[in-house]
Amino acid sequence: MNSDDDAQKSSKQTHHKRKITWSGDSFFKLLTLVLASGVIITIILMVIELVTGSLPALERFGLGFVTGLNWNPVAGREAFGILPYILGTLATSALALLIGVPISLGIAIFLSEMAPNAIRTPLSFLIELLAAVPSVVYGLWGIFILRFWVKDYIETPLSTYLGFIPVFQGTPFGLDILTAGIILAIMIIPTVSAVSREIMNAVPDSQREAAYSIGATRWETIRIGVLSYARSGIFGAAILGLGRAVGETMAVTMVIGNTVGPAALPTSLLKGGQTMASLIANEFNEADPTSLHPSALIGVGLVLFLFALAINIFAQFLVWRVLKVKGGAVE
Amino acid sequence: MASYTVRKLKDRLAFGLAAFCVLIAVIPLGSILFEVIRNGAPALSIEFLTQTPGPIGQPGGGIANAIEGTLILIGLTCLIGVPLGVISGIYLSEYGDNKFGRTVRFFNDVLSEFPSIVVGIFVYVLVVLALGSFSVIAGAIALAIIMLPVVSRTTEESLKLVPNSIREAAMALGIRRWRTIVSVVLSTGRGGIITGVMLSVARIAGETAPLIMTILGSQWFFAGFNQPMDALPLRVWRLALLPYDYAHQQGWGAALILILLILLLNIGVRVATRGRYKTRR
Repeated sequence: MNSDDDAQKSSKQTHHKRKITWSGDSFFKLLTLVLASGVIITIILMVIELVTGSLPALERFGLGFVTGLNWNPVAGREAFGILPYILGTLATSALALLIGVPISLGIAIFLSEMAPNAIRTPLSFLIELLAAVPSVVYGLWGIFILRFWVKDYIETPLSTYLGFIPVFQGTPFGLDILTAGIILAIMIIPTVSAVSREIMNAVPDSQREAAYSIGATRWETIRIGVLSYARSGIFGAAILGLGRAVGETMAVTMVIGNTVGPAALPTSLLKGGQTMASLIANEFNEADPTSLHPSALIGVGLVLFLFALAINIFAQFLVWRVLKVKGGAVE
Repeated sequence: MASYTVRKLKDRLAFGLAAFCVLIAVIPLGSILFEVIRNGAPALSIEFLTQTPGPIGQPGGGIANAIEGTLILIGLTCLIGVPLGVISGIYLSEYGDNKFGRTVRFFNDVLSEFPSIVVGIFVYVLVVLALGSFSVIAGAIALAIIMLPVVSRTTEESLKLVPNSIREAAMALGIRRWRTIVSVVLSTGRGGIITGVMLSVARIAGETAPLIMTILGSQWFFAGFNQPMDALPLRVWRLALLPYDYAHQQGWGAALILILLILLLNIGVRVATRGRYKTRR
């Protein structure tokens, strides 16, 4: 803005001509500015609309809305406590990170530091395709294919040999928290591995050269030269994966077993559960518009919104900081 | 320090583990594609592609209305999302080197990673409750919100690739700045913008969650912009949850069509961008 004005002021054009030039450009700039602020306006509007939409339920149940265990939309006996679904969301997401992040890190290391050039591009394209598969197709594959793999090859041995540990108790069924966690792990791999790769590419080559020059092997170079340097950025990539896992809806809805009330508390991996997103997807169309039910579901959406906002802002901050340092170093 | 042999061994082991991670990730992709083709291909027929769904519980009928719905949604979403995204991308690239620009860019990134179901609820409260019914327009608005940050980001990136000398050349001819941007910069960066739009279409085409609370789904063909409508991902979901074998097969069939659409867009982008970079270098 300032440089434009200065340029205009210092120019020797006639007054008339200068005015037209200035107004055409500033109108265009204003137009782009207004539309660019659309993103910020959308997020602010989201807060307002979600709060107004959920107000009836929040006023009625207060803090009990997030600490309650019971869920009953039947008129006259309404109870809307969403603690089991908050915990269910956290449990499935934690599981997804536990499985997905190490694999993603391995992929990122392989593709950015180890793979021969000839197979790097096709392999990274395949990993990217994993992100292109729609959530609902993951769900379809989840209920008809993955479910039986998990049940036969993971859950049955787990419950036979480790069934005395509380988190492995229950009957292997395949539609439960473990399957949801596994499918989420697959779904966050493209995000986490792509961002980690970007972070590793941003590590200056001098780091690698320094490690090689003291005689480090390739793995040692990656460990001391690259990974330790990129640590906070990789942490940011994992948090981005968490953000994705928290909000993922369709695939989880189709494999998690959809229990409600205290039964949905994630006390065992081999047990049906429910996340905030799956609860909304399951019940939204059945909610009676005249009851408190839709308002309570919008309230679940509000809580999910706050989770996602906090996680994403934190993650973007971490990733940005690392990538910005690189930009500065290059310039 | 450990002996050289041990260190060498560790290096090999790390290589093996990393390669194994890639393999683990490729297996589900392979299995998904294999199963979708294996179970979906037998469902395909002329009837399947040209008719509306039959009565629930009776085999027969098709997904023509869902295909039509997805195409209408993509068109309408682009109509809303592309101009908004491109113009805000222009701001970020041409004027956005300041605090406000950085803020917008930051929230762009936040919004592009946002759970789509939250966007769905937002549009439900904003549009569906206000208009009093589930509608095509509400679905398109929800998908446009999901599309916007992607288009804006890719527009910004492709416009930044346009060399400054091109802007300066246009300015030196006495062309005004806005005119330079619209006619010169934008058309030079066109390829990248089209790529971004195609990728964002591939992303929204598979979105299901926000459609549940906006277009709802329907057994019929398009009936007006203020009416509910069907879409492929919604149809896949509903068919998968029905307790009938024929419905499951139709679900795989619908998933096959959906995946073909999305893969074509993705591979198309790959081929197009590869060609572009080659000619540029």
